[in-house]
Amino acid sequence: MILIKSLDQIQTSDQHLVGGKSLALAHLYQNGFPVPKAVCLTTHVYETFIAATGLHTRIQMEINRKDFSQMRWEEIWDAALRIRSFFLKAPIPPELNENLTRVLKPLFENAVVAVRSSAPGEDASGSSFAGLHESFVNIRGLESIIDHVRLVWASLWSDAAMLYRKEIGLDVNQSKMAVIIQEMIDGDRSGVIFTRNPANKHESVIESVHGLNQGLVDGIIEPDRWTLDIESGNILSHQPAVREKWMIAGPGGAVVDDLPVQKSGIPSIDSDDIRTVFKQAMASEKLFDYPQDMEWTFKNRQMYVLQSRPISTGIDNQGTDDRGWYLSLRRSLESLKALRVRIEKDLIVKMIEDADLLAAMDIDNLSDHDLAAEIDRRSKIYQDWEKIYWADFIPFAHGMRMFGQVYNDTIKPDDPFEFVSLLETSDLKSIERNRKLEQLAESVRHDQKLWNHLKSGQTELIDPDFYGNARHFFHEYMDASHIEVDSPDGLSEILVSILLEMAEGGIKQKKYSEKSHKELETNFLNMFDEKSRVHNEELLDLARASYRMRDDDNMFLGRIEREMKRAGAAGKQRLGINIPRPESPEMFDEIASSLRDSDYQPVFKKKAAEKVKGFDVQARQLIGQPAGQGIGTGIARVINTREDLGLFCHGEILVCDAIDPNMTLIVPMAAAIVERRGGMLIHGAIIAREYGIPCITGVPDATAAINSGDQLTVDGFLGIVTIIR
Amino acid sequence: MKDKSHQNEYWDALTRLMGSQSLAVLATHNQGQPYTSLVAFAGSEDLKALYFVTGQATRKYVNVTNDPRASMMIDNRSNAPSDIADAMAATATGSVDIVSGIELIELQDIYLQKHPHLAEFVKSPSTRLIRLNVSCYYVVNRFQNVVELHMRK
Repeated sequence: MILIKSLDQIQTSDQHLVGGKSLALAHLYQNGFPVPKAVCLTTHVYETFIAATGLHTRIQMEINRKDFSQMRWEEIWDAALRIRSFFLKAPIPPELNENLTRVLKPLFENAVVAVRSSAPGEDASGSSFAGLHESFVNIRGLESIIDHVRLVWASLWSDAAMLYRKEIGLDVNQSKMAVIIQEMIDGDRSGVIFTRNPANKHESVIESVHGLNQGLVDGIIEPDRWTLDIESGNILSHQPAVREKWMIAGPGGAVVDDLPVQKSGIPSIDSDDIRTVFKQAMASEKLFDYPQDMEWTFKNRQMYVLQSRPISTGIDNQGTDDRGWYLSLRRSLESLKALRVRIEKDLIVKMIEDADLLAAMDIDNLSDHDLAAEIDRRSKIYQDWEKIYWADFIPFAHGMRMFGQVYNDTIKPDDPFEFVSLLETSDLKSIERNRKLEQLAESVRHDQKLWNHLKSGQTELIDPDFYGNARHFFHEYMDASHIEVDSPDGLSEILVSILLEMAEGGIKQKKYSEKSHKELETNFLNMFDEKSRVHNEELLDLARASYRMRDDDNMFLGRIEREMKRAGAAGKQRLGINIPRPESPEMFDEIASSLRDSDYQPVFKKKAAEKVKGFDVQARQLIGQPAGQGIGTGIARVINTREDLGLFCHGEILVCDAIDPNMTLIVPMAAAIVERRGGMLIHGAIIAREYGIPCITGVPDATAAINSGDQLTVDGFLGIVTIIR
Repeated sequence: MKDKSHQNEYWDALTRLMGSQSLAVLATHNQGQPYTSLVAFAGSEDLKALYFVTGQATRKYVNVTNDPRASMMIDNRSNAPSDIADAMAATATGSVDIVSGIELIELQDIYLQKHPHLAEFVKSPSTRLIRLNVSCYYVVNRFQNVVELHMRK
């Protein structure tokens, strides 16, 4: 078994062992290019590690909880976090450790190195993984090198990498990782060159920054950019950067720092450097017989090639995959901070304005024609916000995930989701709503007369204060929800039945322990020196905002969606038709068309029923993600429609497709929660943990496999729902 | 389960599993003491019956003549780490009867289509062809995902 190969030993036939990046470096080295000293830990090292530690099986279990193609990116992220935690904590088998130490010690014991990913298939020109796997610079000492090798291995299973492999149809079971350990060149100016400009094949493009390349590659530092004539290498254009920051070697990696003033006024490279880079890159293109994307750095006057790979995206298959979006899930702290400002100061404000404007509008008195136009307009507004939701809100959710990763890397906790309890100090909008609902229920519990009046529907006899508070609650929270207004002048029947049930059954209090949060927070922050501590305090603050937003944005988008549906419902009522659930934008189009033209025959497509073969299937045990610890037993209540909410009884198990933030009114009454939609950090899971309720998310077909009335056991430790019949 | 397509998916998966395996684990009991044996099996097209053959002197034969209740497990594990995700196991429960008369010839043919190398054994006068009339399959996949397939009468 070949564990390690040096650059002079690697042959073309080794690609499956060393990956494309190592192979390219070996070719460059063997052809006299200036590349730093390096060795490659082959895929055999990776395979030995995952086999000996049992990680192979753990990974299989993580990515096969359900059909991988049905996993949402949030579930994939959760699996990625658990897998990363396995990689960090599993001990390196002694024999493997000895073998690695024997080779690495004489080469790198006192050196500073970069640890880079080199997955086989990673740089094949058809499927570029560029940027999906992790690389680390400025690593010192054998122990730290091995720790970073673990992180590179784990990055094979990052959410972005798994999503991308899923997208291009690669078998995740075949994935392997080789790792390059390369002498670190502490470059004072660095960059990338594309021998062919993706936008114009007659040009080359150079991007360059002061300091290390990491800042440019990760998109943190804005580069100067030149285009060159591909034949002559002459400069065609130069687009200077706003040069404020640079990335330099710092403790345990690379850090962003203010660029010294004397450097900020000049580009990092001069025309001689540009010529050198261009010459080397074109020689590399000739060597590999394909356009290259080359990373390079200069130390003093010497240029080094850090890596060179075929350009894949942008030339042949520009825009054919979602790699860009997956990469956007990995953002820098700086870009997330900017995103936070945009979301909090701009987007959320506009979203609330839109929702308020739509809610204030009287649509009942519109003509049929105007109502049709209003349905179209609301559909469009909703769809526009949904796009923003994907483009900005979901990537912002990466704030809490980024913190989770740093927390786990630093603390290495047994529970990879321990970090969530540090985020929970934030006050969620829906928790605030539930607190107010609890106050109303408390009044009902202590006032027999009030209870009787509510029970008998004699709202006119109800104490005016309570009535006012309940009406206010309804308008403030439920009116903005998917719960449609069923009694505009009285009290909502659903609200009344929830209040009665809560008053009878007692109310679960929110589980909250400030002390343990504080302890975890202090423990975490104490791990850093003063400078890093400030950075990590900022990260925690951002993560809390991100956590809060992940809940609130759903709620605001829910208001807009509800307004879209309100117009659709008005249309349905006028036409006197029912449409099958779930409602879709296409169905609203049909309603609008029918309102415009009375002769129009709307078509609401419904899935054709299949003929069933000779047995009846009953689910016995269903697997999901353990999202809230604890074991709950009770009777299932499947929530499919708004009417089902009013039927919910204290101590039942809430089974639903996805807990809408607007559905959380009944959560405090639930013995456990089972949700089809998956994720540890989705709304249902967040609320369940807030109340200490066992919760399983990501159960395929939960609402189809479970019937109201089924006796369930919900194991929130393992993510198993058992149906007892 | 309300979604019909899933019912048919299970049907297809079970049919594939039956076709891919030649051996199954049969469970019988002797006065409450469970006893398992590896048997070469064949299944009916409607999945309602599983067939195996045995000599009259075997423990399993004696056990099922004393109590016809039996169970059979068919699985496709490959003893690899990927089993945890990929392996499927179906446990059939029901009661057995010993096939005889005109039916025997027909069922022996069905059995031998799957196990032609057992012709001599099947045709021996001392061998009995046993049918497990399945009332329910318990199907496990993805390590802990379990469904019950109740056969219609």
